[in-house]
Amino acid sequence: MDMQQFNTSNYKFGFHDDIKPFYSTPKGLSKKIVKEISWMKKEPEWMQEIRLKALEIFYAKKLPMWGGDLTKLNFKNMYYYIKPTEKQERNWDDVPAEIKNTFEKIGIPQAERKFLAGVGAQYDSEVVYHSVSNMLEKKGVIFVDTDTALQKYPEIVKKYFGKIIPPADNKFAALNTAVWSGGSFIYVPPGVHVDLPLQAYFRINAKNMGQFERTLIIADEGSYVHYVEGCTAPIFTTDSLHAAVVEIVVKKGARVRYTTIQNWSKNVYNLVTKRMFIEEEGFGEWIDGNLGSKLTMKYPSVYLMGRKARGEVLSLAFAGSGQRQDAGGKAIHLAPETSSVISSKSVSKDGGRTSYRGLLKIIKGAKDSKSTVRCDALILDPKSRSDTYPTMEIDEERVTVGHEASVSKIGEDQIFYFQSRGISAAQAEVMIVNGFIEPIVKELPMEYAVELNRLIQLEMTGAVG
Amino acid sequence: MLQIKNFKADINNSEILKGVDLTVGPGEIHAIMGPNGAGKTTLALSLMGHPNYNIKYQISNIKYQIDGKDMSKLLPEERARQGLFISFQQPVEITGVSFLSFLRTAYKALHPDKKIPLSEFKNELKKTLKDVGLDESFMYRFLNEGFSGGEKKRAEIVQLLILRPKFAILDEIDSGLDVDSLKIVAEKIQEAVEKYSIGILLITHYQRILHYLKPDFVHVLIDGKIKKSGGMSLVKKIEKDGYAAI
Repeated sequence: MDMQQFNTSNYKFGFHDDIKPFYSTPKGLSKKIVKEISWMKKEPEWMQEIRLKALEIFYAKKLPMWGGDLTKLNFKNMYYYIKPTEKQERNWDDVPAEIKNTFEKIGIPQAERKFLAGVGAQYDSEVVYHSVSNMLEKKGVIFVDTDTALQKYPEIVKKYFGKIIPPADNKFAALNTAVWSGGSFIYVPPGVHVDLPLQAYFRINAKNMGQFERTLIIADEGSYVHYVEGCTAPIFTTDSLHAAVVEIVVKKGARVRYTTIQNWSKNVYNLVTKRMFIEEEGFGEWIDGNLGSKLTMKYPSVYLMGRKARGEVLSLAFAGSGQRQDAGGKAIHLAPETSSVISSKSVSKDGGRTSYRGLLKIIKGAKDSKSTVRCDALILDPKSRSDTYPTMEIDEERVTVGHEASVSKIGEDQIFYFQSRGISAAQAEVMIVNGFIEPIVKELPMEYAVELNRLIQLEMTGAVG
Repeated sequence: MLQIKNFKADINNSEILKGVDLTVGPGEIHAIMGPNGAGKTTLALSLMGHPNYNIKYQISNIKYQIDGKDMSKLLPEERARQGLFISFQQPVEITGVSFLSFLRTAYKALHPDKKIPLSEFKNELKKTLKDVGLDESFMYRFLNEGFSGGEKKRAEIVQLLILRPKFAILDEIDSGLDVDSLKIVAEKIQEAVEKYSIGILLITHYQRILHYLKPDFVHVLIDGKIKKSGGMSLVKKIEKDGYAAI
């Protein structure tokens, strides 16, 4: 089979602007650095306390021994805080030219022109450009970066910060809590429907820079919001770390959909903790696409807290040469008549490795709950690999649980069939892969679906078009 | 003109085809008959360029041309673009790719100069599906997935009629078909020959289909070589006395 290698030097978004950061802490991590970050941001004292406690937890916790090799992460050799410009920009004209140039390359202005309701674009640690449409403001929707939220709405932040994902949850949640910077904060008042998806792009743009954004979304009773986050990152020679935390509260009867496409460059460790608390009759959805990074470990979870709460996780992973995508989802049923769906699709090629890792837990008393778990893997060549690690803890008898898994390989005979109709082997693979992931792609906003298809084509054939 | 001379093919270093000569002209039907293991499927797949079959062009004095153009160095998709088509004995199932999008992509690859709007293409496909007795909903189903054996064979004929190659190798298109399906398939092959002058290499194990579809030439392939060529009388002889009599 004639398979073209994906050449990382062709990586479309591997550009790097020479920006002199306005301020950065020295390399490495210490109590002093954490205090300095908090001081720089003029935070309330309680946040500094949370950070310092989290730092201790981070030191105490061991690296996970499963999921992927983390031993090459050198915490001493990273920057934990860089602030690229002095103040928040709101008007596009005021954004520095270099930064604008980078945004042009990843298409933010177009994206905004087309159908954005608001843009929160994270450049290094600090949000430099942020616009919220009047429509949202009128409806009382708050969409700001989390640092601003801490200054302007400290009482809401204090109420929820670290309550959905406590720092002790895992080593990287602790790290994020200690050094977090930026991220999005969204509050949707009761009954308000945000019709257009809210979007933000994140990039890592400084060598050895870890990006620790912290996102908090609260959808009040009966409200609706769709948040979309897309990532592209430049290439560096040393390993980079992205350890984000996303906390979401879906109140009674509310609905939240959170869509991510990550295309980190292939030296990034992407270790993200995402969790939703879903109250009575609420509906929470994660749509999670992982294309880039060296190693991703990410298992978005839905905690079904109230009667008839629903949760869905749609996970898509693509692993090429040198990549490992350890992804999946968790559904925790804590109340009766709750339902969950976890669907995972993964594609591995050129020696890439994908794993589905999932947890389904139904506690005693969560009667008449339903759950479906489905994972499908597509393996494109004999060098590549896919594994499934499903865990089920079901302590209630009156439940309906379904689990299906499939592994398909693209065989010589399938490719030959396409060839016999005039379609090249490379094009055949693109068609098969696109067909395989289509059920997830169709859930994405159109722009992202197009971008995803282009990225897949780029991965498969080394060219777009 | 599809022409092979002294055509030899190996699989896993064992020689299956030991020098086959054939010339198929436009609009001609050539039936290739022969017992199990004679090399019929090897002939079909190696003409199309399946990677499992090794054709020793360098060593032997092999000739393989379509309309005077050497096919020996071409990839399977390039052979297809030269006008060669194969219908498979057991067409593979492809999840995620609809029959319509597969066929449209194939059509564009094979006929880059012809720009047919999607709506027109769909209508053509709808009509062709109906002609072979398949519901139009088949175009939205994944390629061959969940099709019965007979449906798969009919779908191959639909592809033949839509893609309109110059030459088509039909590998046991009659196996697994009931009498009614067989009649329809034979009729449609006849149509392909008459309307579009497609040259047919009809590989068959049984004589059944030859009651509906009259070949211009009949060749008997035994042990990797054509032992005898002739007309319909040869079919009758085989029917009566078996391959042993050849």
